[in-house]
Amino acid sequence: MSLNPAVAAGAQAARGWQTRGRRNGQARRRRARGRRSWAGWGFVGPFIAVFAFALIVPIGYAIYLSLYRQQLIGGNAFVGIDNYKTALSDPQFWASLRRVLLFLVVQVPIMTVLALLAALALDSARLRWTPLYRLSIFLPYAVPAVVASLMWGFIYGSQFGLVARLRSFFGGHFPDPLSSNWALTAIGNVVTWEFVGYNMLILYSALQAVPRELYEAAEIDGATQLGIIRWIKLPALRVAIVVSLIFSVIGSLQLFNEPNILNQLAPDAIPKTFTPNMYAYNLSFAGQEYNYSAAIAIVMGIVTVIIAAAVQWYGRRRAA
Amino acid sequence: MSVTEAVSSPAGTDARRKAPRLARGRGARRRHSVVLNIVMTVMLLYALLPLFWLVVNSTKTQSALFSTFGLWFGGKFALWSNIHQVFTYDNGIFARWFGNTVLYVVVGAGGATVLATLAGYGMAKFDFPGKRAVFAVVLGAVAVPGTALAVPTFLLFSNLHLTNTPWAVILPSLVSPLGFYLIWVYAAEAVPTEILEAARIDGAGEFRTFFVISSRLLTPGMVTVLLFTVVATWNNYFLPLIMLSDPRWYPLTVGLNNWNMQAATAGGQVVYNLVITGSLLTVIPIMAAFLYLQRYWRSGLAAGSVKA
Repeated sequence: MSLNPAVAAGAQAARGWQTRGRRNGQARRRRARGRRSWAGWGFVGPFIAVFAFALIVPIGYAIYLSLYRQQLIGGNAFVGIDNYKTALSDPQFWASLRRVLLFLVVQVPIMTVLALLAALALDSARLRWTPLYRLSIFLPYAVPAVVASLMWGFIYGSQFGLVARLRSFFGGHFPDPLSSNWALTAIGNVVTWEFVGYNMLILYSALQAVPRELYEAAEIDGATQLGIIRWIKLPALRVAIVVSLIFSVIGSLQLFNEPNILNQLAPDAIPKTFTPNMYAYNLSFAGQEYNYSAAIAIVMGIVTVIIAAAVQWYGRRRAA
Repeated sequence: MSVTEAVSSPAGTDARRKAPRLARGRGARRRHSVVLNIVMTVMLLYALLPLFWLVVNSTKTQSALFSTFGLWFGGKFALWSNIHQVFTYDNGIFARWFGNTVLYVVVGAGGATVLATLAGYGMAKFDFPGKRAVFAVVLGAVAVPGTALAVPTFLLFSNLHLTNTPWAVILPSLVSPLGFYLIWVYAAEAVPTEILEAARIDGAGEFRTFFVISSRLLTPGMVTVLLFTVVATWNNYFLPLIMLSDPRWYPLTVGLNNWNMQAATAGGQVVYNLVITGSLLTVIPIMAAFLYLQRYWRSGLAAGSVKA
């Protein structure tokens, strides 16, 4: 979640330490060292202890597991990177990875553009009930993914769904969202519904921080509203857009809840290997292939880090 | 609001004061835009329509669900009997799930907020051996996606005999790197180092200073973190799904989905009306909390985006 903000905070903190160290002379540094004490650990310690237990140890354990294989004879055997080799030549894994990448390439831009439009509209002071729009569009974020998927699943469904009504009204020319051609779109709609307001709010908060004088000065210089958006608002939003993109990228690659619940309604269109996370989950809990499942988890971790870093790098480069 | 305003208050308030004058001068240019209002109304309807559907359909009986139009009331008004059934079905297990969810939220989200506040404050206001290492480790581990780790975490907890206990859900919920980051940024601004030095000169211990002075200054940031963690734990699904197989420890999310799955299993009773009414009852408390406290939330996000 907090990949990018954490990077920024760290960069800031690191910069702070460096300049403090360089700018102030020996005396200051000696004083600083005198104040440097173990007291801070009293505050940081408990968090780090739980953090280590709930995150660091499982990462280590996952890496360990991924290097072994459970064998019928001989028990647990060290197999090196064999599990990773298997994953990279596993057509089911590749199919699921391609599916979430397609999802990422289509759904994330649509949702981000919608969130951007909504944020610009909220910030424009041209709406009659700004708080009403802001709250209502943000509200679905509070709905659990399970409830959101159940609701949309019922709406999509053939038994008492709204879409079934639409289809009979259009004489069957309306697509069935739970058919295999439309399943990814149907899931994209649920995810967009859940998160467009959240992303809108990230962007809207960033817009609120822009000094209003800039707009007034631009208007005096004869800038149009579109010009203000193009030359002031969008550049001011760049960091916030990168943050929201990274959240969305991580979310897409880890897609699980929505397809896993819709799977019950459309087991053929949304099989249990639909996304990498679903595949890993089912390898473990249906297939008992814990070692292979751990390898897939690690591969997905690496893929996520690479893509998130690429988004961030691209965002930085555009700035320069 | 505090951080946003702390960061941008001179410019922001000034501009707001100037705005009406400008509007008068410019006349029609500042009027409401019909097109924008229509576009936003469409988005509003998109956001609210499924929730409206949920409310409407929680008033229907199982048979009316199939026979009446989905977006309007129809058949017998069965909301009260549905609620009654939700709480009595299967020996009242829904109430138990509700209680479990509250337990996970209070201990998990509450604990996560306390831990993140202490740690963020420690990072912002103390220099200690290993500080850089703490930062590097937290950053590195956060980059690895959490859900990808769920299966190894399950195996680890299983070896420690923690699965099928509340601890399996609570322990991972106690870690909020986002909260840790937000408090770190917030404490750096909100707690003046001079106050801490004055307290030290007066001989107050670090923890006493924290509880008497700093914790009060940090309250708005803590509320923001609390909201993030409350929503995250209330809505948590993947983690409890993996960790728990005993329905008596399920939270609402996993329990509801189990009711829904009954329809697909052979011999299972179809209880869609209970799934829908139960969903409504799951959503109402979190939405109430959310609407009541969302103003703090906004400022927390702003703090993140301004700083980032």
